[in-house]
Amino acid sequence: MNPGKRIKIVLAKPGLDGHDQGAKVVARALMDAGFEVIYTGLRQTPEAIARIALDEDADVIALSSMAGSHLPVCRKLKPLLEQAGLADKLWVIGGNLPAQDHDALRALGFSGIFPSSSKLDDIINYIRTHAP
Amino acid sequence: MKPRDLPEKAVRPVVNESGIEVKPLYTAADVEASGGAGMIGLPGEFPFARGIHSMMYRKQPWTMRQYTGFGNAADTNKRFHYLIANGQTGLNVAFDLPTQCGMDSDDPQAEGEVGRVGMAVDTLRDVEIAFEGVDLERITVSLTINGAAAILIAMYLAMAEKRGYDLAKLRGTAQNDILKEFVGRGTWVYPVEPSIRLVGDTIEYCAAQAPKYSPVSVCGYHIRESGADPAQEMAYAFCIAKAYADDVIRRGLPVDEFAGRLSFNFNCFGNLFEQVAKFRAGRSLWAKIMKEQYHAVKPGSMWLRMIAGGGGGGLTFEQPELNIVRGAYYALICALSGTQTMALCCYDEAYTIPSEYAQRISLRTMQMLIEEMGLADTVDPLGGSYYVETLTNQMRARMEAIMAEVDAQGGIVKMVAEGAIQAKVSAQAYKRQRDIDAGTFRKVGVNCYRTEDKTPEMEFHPYKDEDARAQVQALEMVRAERDAARVQAALARVQADARSGANLMPAIMDAVKAYASVGEITNELVGVFGRYREPVRF
Repeated sequence: MNPGKRIKIVLAKPGLDGHDQGAKVVARALMDAGFEVIYTGLRQTPEAIARIALDEDADVIALSSMAGSHLPVCRKLKPLLEQAGLADKLWVIGGNLPAQDHDALRALGFSGIFPSSSKLDDIINYIRTHAP
Repeated sequence: MKPRDLPEKAVRPVVNESGIEVKPLYTAADVEASGGAGMIGLPGEFPFARGIHSMMYRKQPWTMRQYTGFGNAADTNKRFHYLIANGQTGLNVAFDLPTQCGMDSDDPQAEGEVGRVGMAVDTLRDVEIAFEGVDLERITVSLTINGAAAILIAMYLAMAEKRGYDLAKLRGTAQNDILKEFVGRGTWVYPVEPSIRLVGDTIEYCAAQAPKYSPVSVCGYHIRESGADPAQEMAYAFCIAKAYADDVIRRGLPVDEFAGRLSFNFNCFGNLFEQVAKFRAGRSLWAKIMKEQYHAVKPGSMWLRMIAGGGGGGLTFEQPELNIVRGAYYALICALSGTQTMALCCYDEAYTIPSEYAQRISLRTMQMLIEEMGLADTVDPLGGSYYVETLTNQMRARMEAIMAEVDAQGGIVKMVAEGAIQAKVSAQAYKRQRDIDAGTFRKVGVNCYRTEDKTPEMEFHPYKDEDARAQVQALEMVRAERDAARVQAALARVQADARSGANLMPAIMDAVKAYASVGEITNELVGVFGRYREPVRF
């Protein structure tokens, strides 16, 4: 990436899941690490997430999902992000993500997968290394 | 060697989560220095620190009420009967997210979420199916519903009435604590003010029509999960309970007509002694508030009736089998604390909707305390311990200080509406996560005593898209069969009463009896009240 440019992250809570403690903790960790973070708040539709990511010119699209709907959400979001020209951005997801779903999430373009128990510094380091 | 004989450096400092310094030894002098024994009293007597009833579990053990619900009403009904057959004495219903957010199963935003984390409810028909064969006098039901609580309470009352139960005698509880939903959990629908009005409407309506029903269970639980410490958990819950009480009192209802049906929901993870002191302190503080600030006369109005348990925030993804042990300690904490009702998070809950097997282990854990460990034999067994009594005094003082701080900052409603409480507890949650990552806040199996052994196989709860489609078809069938004109008239009345400021419950009761859906009724209210916009503050 362009040296000196701050990495910009759109961190979204997709769907109806209201568990935002983890998303807010991660948002604070990313801000403390020097990234610019746009936290969307709850109940974002895939359409809204793609639009915010485009409007904000995000380098990283990050999702937090705790209530099990990660696969349907990511299936809907993938074509929308691609249509918005965001295919070359870094897509990451964290939350309650059973191991048997990780391959499917990777296949949908979410290269960084951070299930419950991930360390904050591991998330930060991954984004620092892989952001476009 | 006595601790005081050790060189100062040798005694490691201990400060509990609520910020209270813990000494290596307590004596009568510590009880005295922390405020004395004046608030201890006897169980069943003001200020109720030792319990709200004189005989407590000796007369009746706590109600066991595991949180359950998934798929459609028929699936959930089966699990209810399984739990009852295994000795469970109450039900605690989990609804799916569309229901909790006031959406029908065919709402575009509901796609992929129908029946996933709880039971899908669209109309009264679903509620009728869910409780088929359940004796509602013997088994009390708790509805974990908030944003759509007025509608689900109406459906529950309508179902009970239809089955011939006398509403004047019907017991049960709805969570219906919307202010904490803005802080954590997030199933809000309307802006803050009309949301509080709806809670007030349910309290006022039930006081007249279903006086044994508990329309609200004020939750410190989720505020704790969001990052609050144990003293804040209880202090913020009391601020919220006062906000609801104030709304109802402004309508002219005397405090003793409704306060006895206010109930509470608290968390139990953390330090055992701090937790026990939290519950004992909270019980006496709530009694004091109701007596001195609200001039309640009936003892029941001063009782801190509660469900305690859960403990999800303390359970770990790592070495999940250890959660069985944690759950047992949490149950012990709750039993030592004198709760009326107990529920435990299951060991597999960091992964999935609990299996029948995991639910049964939780149930057996509670039953063991009663049958084998003597926890139902003697009231408040830790009462009189120098440590516990000192800590109880200190926790009460901390809670009072936190409540005064909230008042000084404009009150809980303003602080929640502006996102100030949310920002405060989320900053604390961040600090806690940093401390866990750094190993300075110890979690066994997470940052100490880790193992590379494989995690035991988990039985993942299945989710089937065809079940969601079946739920939508069932809704379409109800829509086709019901009296459309009656539904339209009932929905028009909901809208009119929302505008006029009348109590909404009679209109909502009419609407649910006409088989109007959760989404249809919610949309009428959104049309008048608008939707909540979340303040994002860091």
